[in-house]
Amino acid sequence: MQRAYIPQIIARQPWQVIIPLTLLVVFGGAVLYSAAGGHFQPWAAMHVARFFVFLVMAMLIARIPQDLFKLSALPIYAILCLLLVLVELIGGIGGGSQRWLNLGFMTLQPSELMKPGIVLVLSWFYSSLPVGEVNGWRAILPPAILLGIPAGLVMLQPDLGTGLAISFGAVIIMFLAGLPLRLFIGGAVAGAIAAPLAFFFALHDYQRKRVLVFMDPESDPLGSGYHITQSKIAIGSGGFLGKGFGNGSQSHLDYLPEAHTDFVFATMSEEWGMIGGLFVLAIFAIVLRWGLKVAMNAPDRFSRLLAAGMTTTIFFYICINMMMVMGLAPVVGIPLPFLSHGGSSMMTNMICIGTIMAVDRWSRRGSSGLV
Amino acid sequence: MKQKLPMTSAILTNKFERRTFVLGMAQAGVGTLLAVRLGYLAIFENDKYKAASESNRVNLSLIPPRRGWVLDRFGQALASNRADFRVDLIPDRVVDADATLSTLSGLLGLTADKVGDIKDKMEKARGFQPVEVASNLDWEKFAAVSVRLPELPGVIPQRGYSRFYPTGASVGHLVGYVGPASAEDYEKERNPLLITPGFKIGKDGLEKSFETRLRGVPGARRVEATASGRVVRDLGTREDVPGKPIQLTINAGLQDYAARRIGLESGSVVVMDCETGDVLAMVSMPSFDPNSFSDGIGRIEWKMLSDDDHVPLRNKVLRGLYPPGSTVKPMVALSFLEAGLDPEASVGCAGGLRVGNRVFHCWNHRGHGTTNMAKGIYQSCDVYFYHFAQQIGMDTIATMAKRLGLGQEFPMPYPGQSYGTVPDPAWKKRKYKTDWAIYDTVNATIGQGYMLVNPLQQATMASRIASGLKLSPRLLLDRHAPRPESMGFKQEHLDYIHAAMNEVVNGRGTAGKARLPIEGVQMAGKTGTAQVVGLNVGNGKGGLWKHRDHGHFICFAPFDKPKFACAVVIEHGGGSGAAYPIARDVMTYVFDPAKAMAVLEDFEKQWGGNVQQRMAAKYNAFAAQYGAAAPAAPDEQQASEEVAAENKPMPEPTAAQTDAAPPAPEPVPITDPAEQSAPAPVASPSPAAIPGT
Repeated sequence: MQRAYIPQIIARQPWQVIIPLTLLVVFGGAVLYSAAGGHFQPWAAMHVARFFVFLVMAMLIARIPQDLFKLSALPIYAILCLLLVLVELIGGIGGGSQRWLNLGFMTLQPSELMKPGIVLVLSWFYSSLPVGEVNGWRAILPPAILLGIPAGLVMLQPDLGTGLAISFGAVIIMFLAGLPLRLFIGGAVAGAIAAPLAFFFALHDYQRKRVLVFMDPESDPLGSGYHITQSKIAIGSGGFLGKGFGNGSQSHLDYLPEAHTDFVFATMSEEWGMIGGLFVLAIFAIVLRWGLKVAMNAPDRFSRLLAAGMTTTIFFYICINMMMVMGLAPVVGIPLPFLSHGGSSMMTNMICIGTIMAVDRWSRRGSSGLV
Repeated sequence: MKQKLPMTSAILTNKFERRTFVLGMAQAGVGTLLAVRLGYLAIFENDKYKAASESNRVNLSLIPPRRGWVLDRFGQALASNRADFRVDLIPDRVVDADATLSTLSGLLGLTADKVGDIKDKMEKARGFQPVEVASNLDWEKFAAVSVRLPELPGVIPQRGYSRFYPTGASVGHLVGYVGPASAEDYEKERNPLLITPGFKIGKDGLEKSFETRLRGVPGARRVEATASGRVVRDLGTREDVPGKPIQLTINAGLQDYAARRIGLESGSVVVMDCETGDVLAMVSMPSFDPNSFSDGIGRIEWKMLSDDDHVPLRNKVLRGLYPPGSTVKPMVALSFLEAGLDPEASVGCAGGLRVGNRVFHCWNHRGHGTTNMAKGIYQSCDVYFYHFAQQIGMDTIATMAKRLGLGQEFPMPYPGQSYGTVPDPAWKKRKYKTDWAIYDTVNATIGQGYMLVNPLQQATMASRIASGLKLSPRLLLDRHAPRPESMGFKQEHLDYIHAAMNEVVNGRGTAGKARLPIEGVQMAGKTGTAQVVGLNVGNGKGGLWKHRDHGHFICFAPFDKPKFACAVVIEHGGGSGAAYPIARDVMTYVFDPAKAMAVLEDFEKQWGGNVQQRMAAKYNAFAAQYGAAAPAAPDEQQASEEVAAENKPMPEPTAAQTDAAPPAPEPVPITDPAEQSAPAPVASPSPAAIPGT
């Protein structure tokens, strides 16, 4: 009944996810406000403002027709690959590793955009692949190349975290596209064999050290292990109800590194306790469940894969970051979606959300067409 | 079967749904895992992490306790504390050492050699050990550093207390000095107090021996601090508990007077109370200034002290060993009396005595004529003792020497004392596997040959002869100590010796100039001159400083009612003439400080100022000559090791080469100045014993 008074364009928005997300971002703003010592500057205000800007962007993405998505998949991918090469070249000239391009008005991190990019291009690929080819080599080799180029470029930077995120998104698309299970089992076995080899031969010293320290953080209490140890102290000392808003000593006294970016969850947990942590987890559960539900209800193969892939990309961020801050994964520079301060990751995540919203829109249109 | 079916869109969709479900379950699983992990950290391990977070947040900084004072017998401070402003560095926290030091040297006006010292220490210190930059700063400099702190990470300005020795070098060897704890100290005693900036531990002497008593309990300041150490707010302060004082038997004024009176010589003075054994003064000069040592030993100071052939780093009272020379004669005479020798038994001294196939000369080779015991003492006639020592035997003499304290260990609170040797036949057999020879007795009886004693033992001997009591040197004041027991000597024997010793000073003896300028107080004494090198090298009077004879004097006063005993040793003083004027003035101070002070002030005008002024002048000369080019001072640990090495016991004579040590010449008695001539060289002179230099 009420719906009649609300304009279509507003009523049609997926409020069941926008409202929880907004709550989460505002909560994140509160955490950043506290982390800045009780100031909106420099993080909290920007964080919330960015969210709303990118929310509008997501809503606009949601209005893009499916054909345009399909049409632009390959060009976008190609452009992103070019940008990655460009970054590599500039980095080579400048000396040292560079991950971003300075566009003047913002710094663009192509590897960040490649996360939804790879999902898009692979979804397009599998949707256009003839059904009968799914078990053949044609279903494996081209995606492997499509993945290999950007993943290789990103790892070269070297940015192991983002490289893994891109690969994870791609592998999940392949999995959902119906590729034979034995490939994944075989891949997992191969990975188990390759991991130690990679550890000894492929990783950089600082990466290897991070892994070692992750195994035993106390071995290096003032170096790399410091991050993990301080983060666990922050979370553990928060207890069930937390130390109270603005009372987090770990973050306020600078013991917690990266308190407003990668370790924002620890900052939050210290002040809001396990309750705050469960709230964050619950909202992530709502968002991810919505994403997978949209994927399940999607009208066609492209949109199904696209929505599931985007959900997975967000999931990967959450999973790795939270495992890292709680001492279950080595320190890799991956921020926590919607809580960590940072434009690039907010943009990537909102692109994912916008894409899922688009899929949602297509399926509603499809179903409404049926009715 | 399934495999054979052609792939259809429906199968793929079905597969997608199943796999998406699996994916969703996996995500839910990860979510559950994270929730469980969160609960584990926040609930189960909450206490552990709460404690860790508190220990992060709250910074406990220790406030070094004020050290207990060292007091003299009247309650005057020998070592106290004074409030000061200081600046320390913690090397670990310093970002740019050179920039920090250049800023600091600008603010504090540090000279190049000081900056060099600080750099050396920063290199040697383990990162967490604080390094002292400057202390005793005035408020302006302290404030100048304090306001620049944000750009000087690792620099810690503090107001606290530092050790202060009011009389400086006079108590250097007596009290010792303090310094920052070394890495080794910290290893031994894992106490965070040891690496607290501004805290010092005893490095030498009493400061080291009574460390636990003097230290006290540190105070603490609890602050909330950031990871980089910036203090956010104060949470509370607990006051320190100062260390307990120790009170010594020392008379501070006398100690200082004796130290100053030694003047340019290298020597020791010990004054003891003849009723209790209290050590009233125990001086070894030249010395170091414990005030500047406690601030850290700088390169120029180190060069100045280690270049000095007067070994200012050695505590000569406890670690200097010397042949006692003729100062043993009253002791030997007492042993003769105990052995039943009639004091009137005489020998004719013709300037020498043939022992075996060798002639042993008297210091006065023109001879003393008929000599009885009293004359043997006051004229220091060697022949008298050569003669009767052979008759009485070395064992009797050695027993008496040990009874009176020579070669004995006294429990003084100092590490590494040297106790010397009282030779007897059994000892020689043990040590050199050769039999005691008659000339060994002859040498020992005039305090040469193997006999080596330290000045404290000489003072003890003097006090025991004076009082007839079994006195032991005591440094810690104890007003309820039991009265010392008697030595068991016959009073008439003691009276005889006392009278002969009185004659040395107040009669026809060898030290007439030692007469006290005090009405009604007569001092008894005995001179001694110990040869350092054979007469073929030098005559002991002039020439190379290192070849001159040691001068000794033991005395007590008043002679008829002994109250104070004193021993003076002047290294290479050229004979006892260097020692007894000092003894006279020191004893004068005991009875009339003003009179003694007037004499000293005249001397100090000739010497170029008092001890402090002379050391300062010397320091400036060294600084001008070497500046920062002086070799780096050793760190605290090394320094104290080197000080200890200086104080190693003297090596025993390595071979029995003292067969015919010639008697050292005694100063000529004032009654006969014409007799001032060196004794003729003997057949095969060889060094008696060479106390190290």
